[in-house]
Amino acid sequence: MNATTQRHPGGASRRAARLGDRIFAGLAKGSGITLLLTMAAVAVFLTVRATLALREDEGNFLTTFEWRTGGEDPEFGIAVLLFGTAASSLIAMLLAVPVAVGIALFLTHYAPRRLAAPIAWLVDLLAAVPSIVYGLWGALYLVPRLTGCYEWLDGAFGWTGVLSYAGAPARSLMTVGILLAVMILPIVTSVTREVFRQTPRATQEAALALGATRWEVVRMTVLPFGRSGIVSASMLGLGRALGETMAVATVLSPSFLIHASLLDSGGGTFAQNIASQFKEADTAGRDALIASGLVLFLLTLLVNGAARLIIARRREYAGAAL
Amino acid sequence: MAKRIDVHGLTAYYGAHKAIEDITMHVEPTSVTAFIGPSGCGKSTLLRTLNRMHEVTPGGRVEGKVLLDNEDLYGPEVDPVAVRRTVGMVFQRPNPFPTMSIYDNVAAGLRLNGIRYRKSELDDIVERNLRGANLWHEVKDRLNRPGSGLSGGQQQRLCIARAIAVEPEVLLMDEPCSALDPISTLAIEDLIDKLKTRYTIVIVTHNMQQAARVSDRTAFFNLPAVGRPGRLIEVDATEKIFSNPSVPDTEDYISGRFG
Amino acid sequence: MTGRLRPPEDPGGEEERLRAAMPPGEPGPTRDLPAGAPGARPPAAPSPAPPGAAPPPAPRPVLRPPRLPRWSLAALLTGSLAVGTAAGLICRLSSHLQWGLIAAAVFVAATFGLTARVEGRRRAADRLAALLVWACFAVAVLPLAALVGETVARGAPGVDGYFLTHSMNGVLSWQHGGGVYHALLGTLEQVLLASLLALPVGLLTAVYLVEYGRGRLAAVVTFFVDVMAGIPSIVAGLFVLSLWITILDLGYSGLAGSLALALLMTPIVVRSTEEMLRLVPNELREAALALGVPKWRTTLRVVLPTCAGGIATGVMLALARIAGETAPILLLVFGTNMINRDPFHGAQSSLPLYVYEQWSFGTEPAYERAWAAALVLIALVMLLNLLARALARWKGPRPGP
Repeated sequence: MNATTQRHPGGASRRAARLGDRIFAGLAKGSGITLLLTMAAVAVFLTVRATLALREDEGNFLTTFEWRTGGEDPEFGIAVLLFGTAASSLIAMLLAVPVAVGIALFLTHYAPRRLAAPIAWLVDLLAAVPSIVYGLWGALYLVPRLTGCYEWLDGAFGWTGVLSYAGAPARSLMTVGILLAVMILPIVTSVTREVFRQTPRATQEAALALGATRWEVVRMTVLPFGRSGIVSASMLGLGRALGETMAVATVLSPSFLIHASLLDSGGGTFAQNIASQFKEADTAGRDALIASGLVLFLLTLLVNGAARLIIARRREYAGAAL
Repeated sequence: MAKRIDVHGLTAYYGAHKAIEDITMHVEPTSVTAFIGPSGCGKSTLLRTLNRMHEVTPGGRVEGKVLLDNEDLYGPEVDPVAVRRTVGMVFQRPNPFPTMSIYDNVAAGLRLNGIRYRKSELDDIVERNLRGANLWHEVKDRLNRPGSGLSGGQQQRLCIARAIAVEPEVLLMDEPCSALDPISTLAIEDLIDKLKTRYTIVIVTHNMQQAARVSDRTAFFNLPAVGRPGRLIEVDATEKIFSNPSVPDTEDYISGRFG
Repeated sequence: MTGRLRPPEDPGGEEERLRAAMPPGEPGPTRDLPAGAPGARPPAAPSPAPPGAAPPPAPRPVLRPPRLPRWSLAALLTGSLAVGTAAGLICRLSSHLQWGLIAAAVFVAATFGLTARVEGRRRAADRLAALLVWACFAVAVLPLAALVGETVARGAPGVDGYFLTHSMNGVLSWQHGGGVYHALLGTLEQVLLASLLALPVGLLTAVYLVEYGRGRLAAVVTFFVDVMAGIPSIVAGLFVLSLWITILDLGYSGLAGSLALALLMTPIVVRSTEEMLRLVPNELREAALALGVPKWRTTLRVVLPTCAGGIATGVMLALARIAGETAPILLLVFGTNMINRDPFHGAQSSLPLYVYEQWSFGTEPAYERAWAAALVLIALVMLLNLLARALARWKGPRPGP
């Protein structure tokens, strides 16, 4: 190869070309490595700071119902935050996913064609509305309107304890869950719709030709085909809900207590806690917040990883089936 | 049991495009009718109008009449679901339900009817239809494996088993062998020969020899010009079409002078 | 040629009316609907079991099963609304939402019951599913329409030339007036800086992964891009806060915010660019290489231009995404009421932060400013989105039919 190049009249330009190649490849590879180093720096830095904070913690990081980081004996734990984050995100999922699946079916199989395209487009646009706008709307529009609804829930299901309502403004985990549901609805719908749209036409026609009604076509072909897609879309939504800061910070009235009732004000989430504490926190306090942020990060990674695994399995399956 | 089909003045559209125009013909019960003709002449479209699958395609719409033993499939208040249940269909590419086992694929149509079968009854029906599709011996040991794991020819026979399990009156086949190798094709042709004693069969094929081998009657379609709707040129007994057609176009096509 | 075809027979009107009146599942008595006992078939179908245990014959389909007349659904709807109103009046339910819910529940139940009786279980399930799907749509439209409607209704009056060209300097929270200029400027500068940091790294990393990436390093990079995409924005902000401001003591600035935004933007850019590059057919690369064009020129002159539209779309969407980020900005640029054109020194503001600040003042004039700024923010993000979509339509890869 080398010899051929040198004998060739255009040898010089070839060498220049190879130099260009090497520089370009180096640049590309360098970027990849930069990205790696950045990520490694983030991980190492966060872990070190979090470890420093945990060493100072007088309480149990996992079970303490307290977040006192100033002063001599800092005592803080993530129990309340973990509960609040999990509860609000799960409420959001329970509300948003069935509705999102419904809308996705509506857009792919039920809506008149003329209606479906613009609505799909609108849903995609809504997915881009910044979360602070949802937060503003949640605090000023949703909260006052939910009070009546909660009073009714209290009347009907108050005996369960979970849905009792003391009558304070509706700045509770339930409200946060509802707001998060509205927030993640567009993105979950978007992804689910894409999956449903990929259901092979041939399979759907097979069901139709057997004399299946529209719902039976959906049940026999679209839902089984899209099941893993629904799961991964939900995970994506869950990932967004877990890390959401502003929408929670504006709506929730936080406290370091776990209420039995989801409708009563109080509680907190990881992200909201960081946003509301960082200004008063000193270096040690920020380290404590970093420790909680790291837990949130791991939680998000876990959810995203699960989603990715499901998508990968689906690809294999689709490859075998088609 | 097997029904006669009368097509009368049928025109089918895809949106603004007219795919076939003014088709009038009939299909005899318990026999095989083949549709032949060059690509794009509308033979598959016509086939799909016979069980109202055409209107599933976006923009698909039909004018004219299709009578199934004198009952117009496009009449008012006719339920397309009931039509498709009566007129079964096998597609060009084998399309077993990928998420279902072989067993469930055959039972799929029966389960739709909302009747609860006992396990043993369902087992019998599945076995009978797999035997009917000449597939039983090849799959009896792996009924619970996914249908997508079978070979193309086996998948197509599975689709036929699935289609006949609901006991339709008519079976439409849209180029059922075009995606298959010669041996699988032969197996399907044998099967068609066996099925025609019980069903009215309409088959679209690109393969002239196949039409000659399996069909009793043959309909030849052609395009008058590019972009114009397809038309029925002639329909007659297969021997006549292949030995002594009345229209010169048919002879040109069959002897390979065009198409 | 149609001469040899039999003319169609007269449809038997009497028989059809008979059939239409029959319940589903019963075999029709007419000649075209013979009783469907399996034994009646030709010998090809051996009877599988003794007659007593024979499976119930598949119900012979009737082409014209009994259907509810069209007006019945309208009647049901009217009736349900009446029931809902009556229930609301009698039980003195204050919220009209509850009236609506009662009416909806009654309507769904009645439709299902009636359809099941007249048209059969399958039809009823079909109709129920359709109703639920439409209901899902309605349920989702309500809050989303309320969100957009409320923002426009309360924000639009506040958005004018003055609002867009003035800062909040000297305006107290309970006073009217003031504007969003400083925040708009801050957002634009921060987003621009962030993309200057994120774009080269993101684009080149994607090129590396698709064109050069083989073996372990590429796999590790791919993994870390995924990890990076999972960083919650507040954690990215916290990281920069600790490192940049607390430890390196470089102070609050627009740049600090941009660093966090770049951290969030890079993985989005890598992912979307990677996807687009993979859509470029290999034949194109091979064709160029076969002509003796070196690989780097092939990549720059052939591969990248081919998918430039798609890449630009991805970048625009990433920009829209980070323009609306609030959490890291809240931590890092501190916020100010004055115009600070220099993103490298001193506190700046940004649109999302402005909305949050005005909201937290809790006074009516401040709320008005918050809504107006939210509207400006939505408009900015939508503009970027629409631009991205226009680009995608204009230059992007065409989806298959």
